[in-house]
Amino acid sequence: MTDHPMLSLQNVHKRFGKKVVLDGFDLDVKKGESVVIIGGSGTGKSVSLKCVLGLLKPDAGTILVDGEDVTHAKGKQREKSLRKFGMLFQGAALFDSLTVWENVGFGLMQGFNMPKDQAREIAIEKLRRVGLGKDVADLNPSELSGGMQKRVGLARAIATEPDIIFFDEPTTGLDPIMADVINDLIRECVKELGATALSITHDMASVRKIADDVAMLYQGKIIWKGPVDTIDHCGNPFVEQFIHGKAEGPISVDVSV
Amino acid sequence: MNILAIIGHVVISFLASTGALAIFAGKGIYHAVTPPLYFRIIGQQMMRIGYYSLPVVGLTAFFTGGALALQIYVGGSRFNAESIVPTIVVLGITRELGPVLGGLMVAGRVAAAIAAEIGTMRVTEQIDALSTLSTNPFKYLVGPRLVAATATMPILVLIGDLIGVMGGYVVSITRLDLNGAAYMKNTIDFLETQDVVSGLAKAAVFGFIIALMGTFHGYRSKGGAQGVGAATTNAVVTASVLILAANYLLTEVFFSS
Repeated sequence: MTDHPMLSLQNVHKRFGKKVVLDGFDLDVKKGESVVIIGGSGTGKSVSLKCVLGLLKPDAGTILVDGEDVTHAKGKQREKSLRKFGMLFQGAALFDSLTVWENVGFGLMQGFNMPKDQAREIAIEKLRRVGLGKDVADLNPSELSGGMQKRVGLARAIATEPDIIFFDEPTTGLDPIMADVINDLIRECVKELGATALSITHDMASVRKIADDVAMLYQGKIIWKGPVDTIDHCGNPFVEQFIHGKAEGPISVDVSV
Repeated sequence: MNILAIIGHVVISFLASTGALAIFAGKGIYHAVTPPLYFRIIGQQMMRIGYYSLPVVGLTAFFTGGALALQIYVGGSRFNAESIVPTIVVLGITRELGPVLGGLMVAGRVAAAIAAEIGTMRVTEQIDALSTLSTNPFKYLVGPRLVAATATMPILVLIGDLIGVMGGYVVSITRLDLNGAAYMKNTIDFLETQDVVSGLAKAAVFGFIIALMGTFHGYRSKGGAQGVGAATTNAVVTASVLILAANYLLTEVFFSS
């Protein structure tokens, strides 16, 4: 067993122009743990994930993946670090020029140079895992419904059996039943792989289902972190306002024009 | 606002875009020539850029050749020099109009298509998804398009040259009652290798400009459908202007040598 966290963001800062998005963001995620970041729209939840993946460069701070500093990783080192990750994007982000199975097998064929036949077999197995039959494998992503696209996205995220999986608003835009199906699948897949999971959402049903620990992001900082079952009695007015979805409270939403 | 501030702002943003373009082009070329090369995608793009542009380029060349023959006949007849028609037609087409008009037509078709496709991939997070699946977007998206456009434009223009000369020939013998055999003889006798080669060299540069503008603007597009629309427009406009500017510079180079 290693004692360092699987994922560690230390004092990360990121701004776009004059707008400060992350302002001293600290978060540790232990191996095998599932952490969910909650917070309002536009508070920089996605930005924090993208900084870890190197899709955005933080202005300051340190990002450690499995103990290794990847803050300024480039080229080969970054590619190697990215191989540990899987990600389910908000809009699924399936490649519309490829078929469903090619999407799922993409990471295997590109990152791990797996031959086509073998990748197809694994892709079909992963599709079955998320409840999709062999008949969808050769369809184009545009022929699928939103819920099915999310499931294909999930299959793609777990296809390479990554150590760390990111979920960016996995239930947004789905009906409550499909959202619950996705939550169950996320929970099961992460458990089966023994993966470390970091999700962002503002759907409280999803939080309660998939989180071990919850962290609340407000004004660029994590203002509260704790086990999911303590969230209702955490005594933090910001968290309480958020989980009960109240307009009145310490978090003020500027609606003036 | 202060007039100096406005001028300063314009100059700085121009220099910033120029620098960004130079870096983008450098990265694109680097990834276009270093392995792994995606030959299947290069082939696919050559089909889309080259083969499907054939009708447009062919028709443009045919009508231009025909119009050129009529105009030169009008001018030539003032000096009793009607026999110069075939020579000027073939020089005009191979050295100038074939590559330039072909380039502009392909810019409208292909730069727009590339910018729209890559721009949509950007705003739907497909480009981010590529990175998380251990695939460098420059290697997978930008490089193959640069290679394919640079390689196919000369072929396309060579075919355009032949069709353009044929356009001049058809108009000359049907409308101007010139002798067909003499026309062909004059066309070939006064044509030098350098006339054709300089035109094809221009075509290769124009092909590169088209793919570069398409990928550059697509890659940087943001903000949904409107952003993709703006990227498409910018790609076509900048590609067209750069083609005309590069055409002058290249003509100057070939003229001096």
